[in-house]
Amino acid sequence: MSSRADSNIPADLKYTANDEWARIEGDVATIGVTDYAQEQLSDIVFVEYVLDEGDKASKGDACAAVESVKAASDVYLPLSGEVIAINEDLADSPELINSDPYGEAWMLKIKISDPSEIEELLDATEYGALSD
Amino acid sequence: MFLPHTEADRQAMLKTIGVERMDDLFKDLPACTTDHPLNLPAPFTEMEALDEIAATADANETVRELTSFLGAGAYNHYIPAAVDAILRRGEFYTAYTPYQPEISQGTLQAIFEFQSLMTALTGMDVSNASHYDGATAVAEAVNMAFHNFRGKRKKMVLSPALHPQYRETVHTYIQGTEIEVLGGDIPLDAGPEALIPLIDDQTALVVVQYPDFFGRIYDYAALGEAVHAAKALFAIHINPIALGLLKPPAEFDADIVTGEGQPLGIPLAFGGPYLGIFTARQKYVRKMAGRIVGETVDTRGQRGYVLTLSTREQHIRREKATSNICSNQGLMALAATVYLSLLGKSGLKRVAELNYHKAHYAAEQIAALPEFGLCFPQTPFFNEFAVRCPLPAAEINARLLEHDILGGFDLGSAYPGMENCLLIAVTEMNSRNEIDHLVEHLAEVSHA
Repeated sequence: MSSRADSNIPADLKYTANDEWARIEGDVATIGVTDYAQEQLSDIVFVEYVLDEGDKASKGDACAAVESVKAASDVYLPLSGEVIAINEDLADSPELINSDPYGEAWMLKIKISDPSEIEELLDATEYGALSD
Repeated sequence: MFLPHTEADRQAMLKTIGVERMDDLFKDLPACTTDHPLNLPAPFTEMEALDEIAATADANETVRELTSFLGAGAYNHYIPAAVDAILRRGEFYTAYTPYQPEISQGTLQAIFEFQSLMTALTGMDVSNASHYDGATAVAEAVNMAFHNFRGKRKKMVLSPALHPQYRETVHTYIQGTEIEVLGGDIPLDAGPEALIPLIDDQTALVVVQYPDFFGRIYDYAALGEAVHAAKALFAIHINPIALGLLKPPAEFDADIVTGEGQPLGIPLAFGGPYLGIFTARQKYVRKMAGRIVGETVDTRGQRGYVLTLSTREQHIRREKATSNICSNQGLMALAATVYLSLLGKSGLKRVAELNYHKAHYAAEQIAALPEFGLCFPQTPFFNEFAVRCPLPAAEINARLLEHDILGGFDLGSAYPGMENCLLIAVTEMNSRNEIDHLVEHLAEVSHA
């Protein structure tokens, strides 16, 4: 795909300009990287978390690094909060990010500390309209 | 073969970019930088050049003319003729960086073999393709430890018996960072456990040398335990020849093992090129700097080699990389590979034994001289030992040089208070006669 508009962008999620997605359920946000991101990175070979469960961090803090054969990319928190879960499956199967970026390849869950930040996120249409 | 441009090539290029003459390309430089001629002599003929170089080379005194007992990180070991014969093959000698695996299988395979030999020797899981020398390998261990803790732990404990030049190199590398180095004040005779009180939850790395700078051999198990209890990383810097005899450092639970590979088929060459060895546990492979060669199969299922885990490197990770090193010491790594392949396990063990026994013979004879004594008589050593002398080491070395003997390292130059101490190294290159002459001349010196 050559642009975000050509990628898969589920309507029920929120997005950032750095190609992260967030699924908001009550005060919990599940976070991952988008279909466009995985396509740009190509085959993902390694995921490293830089936050642990229990860490409190702010919107924009690096939470993980994703390595493919040709690039290394940081993943940033779309929202501030406390990390309550980390997807350990990605350590053994980083390729899940390529095959199921919105499902099995969720990266972490946080307890949202500042709900007002949710409005600053992009919706599916806005995300799809982003240019490179 | 170097194929320079012809004048016709140059003219065509100038015409294409719309420039009349070569000099026009430099017209933006101020005249003061371009209008004075360089004060160089006329070119030599090949014969004259050879004379000039030979005369300069003859002014050197090398281990061919002198009997050497100098070690301190670089040793006079025998280099089998096969090493040079293979190194000088054009395919290896002029091969460039193997970024294009399709045309670099020879180089890549050689590096892969080198890596395999380093892990076999040290007992560690992974090795990189080498660093420039032992000093920078130690500095990279510091980098790696700093990145491992994401900058949250800033203390590096370096044993005072780690080579002084390696400690200096670490200080150079950490300039501008928040890294703090500890360990320099620990008394030299206190043993490795003396470093334990310096370790806390801010410690990223503890580094010791094996054998240490004074040639001493210690059991680092207790120290290793203390390092890991604090969840810090443990690095051990080795002499590869010594590993022909000593327990592999992996057994002390090292996380990183670095080394100076010069003893493996590489000449002294006034300080370089030498060879940095860097190995680590599997779990740190993505934090390891430097090139790594991996083994894989091509589209036809044939085994091939390739530079791998490239996203560690700074041309991809940029400021997030562990280090900016993106090179290796290819030809010297090949020398080490040829050397170890020729000797094999039993050959390396034999070399180590010769070193050990000759050094112990020398130490015994010297310690028996009335005014000399070993600085650390209680501690086992490999092929190097520190001797307390009745006169400053510098004076003793001057007298020895009159007899064409290159004496030991003047310890006072690196450790205040040790001006009368010599660090003497004995290798398989020192015959019994040579050792006896050394002892004779040392005896004379003290009576003079």
